[in-house]
Amino acid sequence: MKGFWGRLLEVDLATGVAHVLEIPEKAYRMFLGGRGLATYLLAKKYGEKWRLLDPLSPENPLMLLTGPLTGYYPGVKLSVTGKSPQSNSVVGSVVSSEVAVELKASGFDGLVLKGGCEKPCYIYVENGRVHLRDASDIWGLGGLKLIKKFHSILKEDVNGEPGTPFVYIGPAGENKVRTAAVMSKLAHAAGYGGYGAVMGVKKVKAIAVKGYGSLPSIYDPESLSSLFRSTLRNVRERMKRFRQWGTTEGTWYTGYYLSSMPVRNWQEEWHDVKNFSHVGFELETWVKNPWADWGCPVACMKLSLVKREGEVYVTDNPDYEMAAYLGSNLGVFNPKETVLLSSLADELGLCGIQTGNVMGFAIELYEKGVLTRDEVGYELKWGDVECLARLMRDIAHRRGIGEVLAEGTYRAARILSEQKGVDLTRYAVQVKGITVGAHGVRSRRDYPQPISYALSAQGGDHTSVAGFPVDSTESETWYAILDSGVVCMFTVLDDKGLLEYLNIITGWGLNLNEFYSIGRRIITLQRLLLSLGGPDAEWGVRDDDNPPRFYEPLPTGPYRGSSIGRDEVEELKKKYYAEIGWDERGIPTEETLRALGLGEFAPLLNQVRE
Amino acid sequence: MPIWILRDFSKCSSCKLCEIVCSLKHENMVWPEAARIRVYEIIPGLPVISLCVQCDDYPCVSSCPFQALSVGEHGEVLVDKEKCTMCGACVTACPGNIPRILPGKQGVIICNLCNGEPECVKVCSEMGYHALQLVNKPEGGVVKNYLVKPEEASTKLLVKMMGEAE
Repeated sequence: MKGFWGRLLEVDLATGVAHVLEIPEKAYRMFLGGRGLATYLLAKKYGEKWRLLDPLSPENPLMLLTGPLTGYYPGVKLSVTGKSPQSNSVVGSVVSSEVAVELKASGFDGLVLKGGCEKPCYIYVENGRVHLRDASDIWGLGGLKLIKKFHSILKEDVNGEPGTPFVYIGPAGENKVRTAAVMSKLAHAAGYGGYGAVMGVKKVKAIAVKGYGSLPSIYDPESLSSLFRSTLRNVRERMKRFRQWGTTEGTWYTGYYLSSMPVRNWQEEWHDVKNFSHVGFELETWVKNPWADWGCPVACMKLSLVKREGEVYVTDNPDYEMAAYLGSNLGVFNPKETVLLSSLADELGLCGIQTGNVMGFAIELYEKGVLTRDEVGYELKWGDVECLARLMRDIAHRRGIGEVLAEGTYRAARILSEQKGVDLTRYAVQVKGITVGAHGVRSRRDYPQPISYALSAQGGDHTSVAGFPVDSTESETWYAILDSGVVCMFTVLDDKGLLEYLNIITGWGLNLNEFYSIGRRIITLQRLLLSLGGPDAEWGVRDDDNPPRFYEPLPTGPYRGSSIGRDEVEELKKKYYAEIGWDERGIPTEETLRALGLGEFAPLLNQVRE
Repeated sequence: MPIWILRDFSKCSSCKLCEIVCSLKHENMVWPEAARIRVYEIIPGLPVISLCVQCDDYPCVSSCPFQALSVGEHGEVLVDKEKCTMCGACVTACPGNIPRILPGKQGVIICNLCNGEPECVKVCSEMGYHALQLVNKPEGGVVKNYLVKPEEASTKLLVKMMGEAE
């Protein structure tokens, strides 16, 4: 086996006992690692009991996985998965974290946490040896305070090496907020999926990993050395603008030119505030540029700092998604205030996308008189950073109106609709429990296609969009491969190059067809679990749809009047189902399962049809 | 002519490509712990670069009871793997505890300047970061100031960035 160790480390949190989970090469060949491997292992373990598994019970495993490309392909991502408390399927969330490299250097392809701790704990894994320690001194903390304190605790408790990497949760995860993220390195979040809450349920505050060995050996080391250097050069050359501005450039480009940026809960998708742009952020808030993650030739991050009323707020750029969801979507068009909110989301351990989405949803309800000052306790106003910061804190601590909003946009809309006796789901910009990323489809200028979110196995996740052709980098099969590889989408140049890399590492000699079959296999299995759902939600063909707002014409900007049509979406749905081998209700056919080597899961189809 | 790797913490992106190419060159695999250069990112965004500074008085060389260490033509510390018993005397003698001993690996690990053409400097400049640059070796012992503990250096960088209030 080349490029893998063939084993995961499984820790039972109730007892602190760890054991080795052997993974056969065939499983890697079929699912790679990360998102794919997690989906396979979870489907296999829970099978017909999938629907009963409550994502917010300690029973739900949390998986931190790597892939064959980890540490060898430039850039690094850690896959964070389990059953998602948002979608009730498996969501392959990724976050930049050196924990991925340290796991590999420990002789493991991943870490699986099962069960839960009695009281707050942190986990330290050194060369595969697991230490479960008391975390009461850091419980309640987030951001820089947590990072500084935890480093000194690691030093004292376990003689940890300076700079030992870790992932962690903030107060939001501790309070089981469904939009809580698994955080890394101050400003990084595995946001989609809601795995911060899964970690919180387990009472695991942080997971630190240190390995002293090398990465696993690979099939063709000579070719790798030269390919590694040429890939670095090519990526560096292509991504020069990212080096300077990161995705923050989208704040202007996607907002002003593409008119695909959420503005005031997607009531609009356009703005023309020139200072609310990469240049505005650069000149007003960046104290360091560039900033990168492990092995990265791009360096899309920049360090931002603002001071306000004696407090210092530090975060990254913010990236485009944060600028959109904690900026324009909340009516904030000011770099410093957006940095403040972004830094606050980091500190609370919230997914900025999904929390910015539910906040926008709440403000719109307030604007429409559905939510009142009496209920909220204070006024909710677009662009008012004081009330926005207060609302975000209330969500993270499940206080007042925050209690219902902490359930995320989809569930909050359902609960409030019932309470108010009116349908509020039309203001919920989400798909299958996961809010839509900051890339609209109405102007048709940005990359998502009209069915991208509607048919995604990860709902509104903008980093896993469905599209045509099914076997191409325009499609979700590709994103499934990236999240299973596990690589960063910004350091990858094309499918053929990535496949060459994979073959050099594993020696599998796959062709492009076989490569995309891996993606189809993963998406199809995720889709099957999505159809089975969970205790509080399951998804049928009617949920293969866009948020209602996307059918309303854009009211402002260069694409005023533009929207997408229901007929068009229906037609594309049918086409997609047919191409990927699902029936007219979007359920994978038995034939498709067998062709993809997923025959063992065919009995699950009986449950879907019930 | 002795050379020296200039290290600029403020330009370092924390990408650690220096560690990766160092281990690829010397160990023929990706093995960060075996890299002769280390980047410690304790405070996110404020990395501390750590590698041998080639002290003017080379305390590691004189501390070795087995004469396993010597100084090469570029000013680098050379390790004779056969003579090295990995006793750790050089690690203790080094004001920055820079030499590394790894289980299962023969000989202490110290930067040897890649025979005058360090890989780390090459990749850092190819990637346009320029946090590492090759210069003539500075005179005297002031370069030892770079050997402050990563934790302490990080704290200083943080105070510099955020102001005294921290």
